Amino acid sequence: MATISDGDTQTAAPRPHRHLPGEEGTWVLILGDMTVFAVFFATYLYYRGEQPELFAESAQSLEPGFGVINTLLLLTSSLCVVIGIRAVRRRRTRLPPALFAGALACGLGFSAVKFVEYRELLSAGITPATNSFFMYYFVLTGLHFFHLVLGMGVLVYLIRVSRLPELGARRLAFMEGGACFWHMVDLLWIVLFPLLYLVR
Amino acid sequence: MGGLRSVPGDRVGAVWVVLVAATLLSFWLGTDHGLGSAEARGVLILVVAFVKIRFVGRYFMELRTAPTPLRVLFEGWCLAVCLALIAFYLLG
Repeated sequence: MATISDGDTQTAAPRPHRHLPGEEGTWVLILGDMTVFAVFFATYLYYRGEQPELFAESAQSLEPGFGVINTLLLLTSSLCVVIGIRAVRRRRTRLPPALFAGALACGLGFSAVKFVEYRELLSAGITPATNSFFMYYFVLTGLHFFHLVLGMGVLVYLIRVSRLPELGARRLAFMEGGACFWHMVDLLWIVLFPLLYLVR
Repeated sequence: MGGLRSVPGDRVGAVWVVLVAATLLSFWLGTDHGLGSAEARGVLILVVAFVKIRFVGRYFMELRTAPTPLRVLFEGWCLAVCLALIAFYLLG
């Protein structure tokens, strides 16, 4: 309270420091990607409305447990990344690479679960050609998986760069943008998982 | 308490706990528990998903302290897509 006793009421409620995480171009990419996915989500629900019984019956073939595990893996990876970026800002050099590597391990775990899931479906004779639901299932999860692979490339970059003793403002902004791209991969899965596995 | 804004490292841990709890709630609802009507469950699951997304955006992407135009774009995306998906789900 001593700091605000000088009569300047403006200081009583500290104004938050506004900071753009990453570069503007990164946000054009992220918001553009999110919008493309939003169109896919709406398209999926539109066609679901045309054949509700087929979609509900087909969704029964999916194991929601796989989706839950993958959600928890991505949430944990996002937590590692945000703590890692904060540690980078505090100029720590040991903690961030370990946290980004932890996030990468979660990404690899997600890939392994997805591989097992795809293999189970394919071995049961279910392919994108089976019906509309599985066409959407494979296209949407495949497109998301493509972003996950790109994101894992970003995490490898973060691991390497965060080891450097000196980071310029531009490189830090690039790292923040990369971190936000990874959070977007998490964010898209947060919609995709309930849409495909849970909404009946 | 304003100092919390500058050291939110411990807060993201709490956000993670909320997100995990919300995921388990959705899983529980999605496996035919909770509300009697499938439509009500579906809408609730979608709303929970977008609440989770707002948490990811505000705390993990750090949009809470980002410039206003970016925050407006993000919040606008969340609201518009959430409402559109609920409409497509109920009317589709």
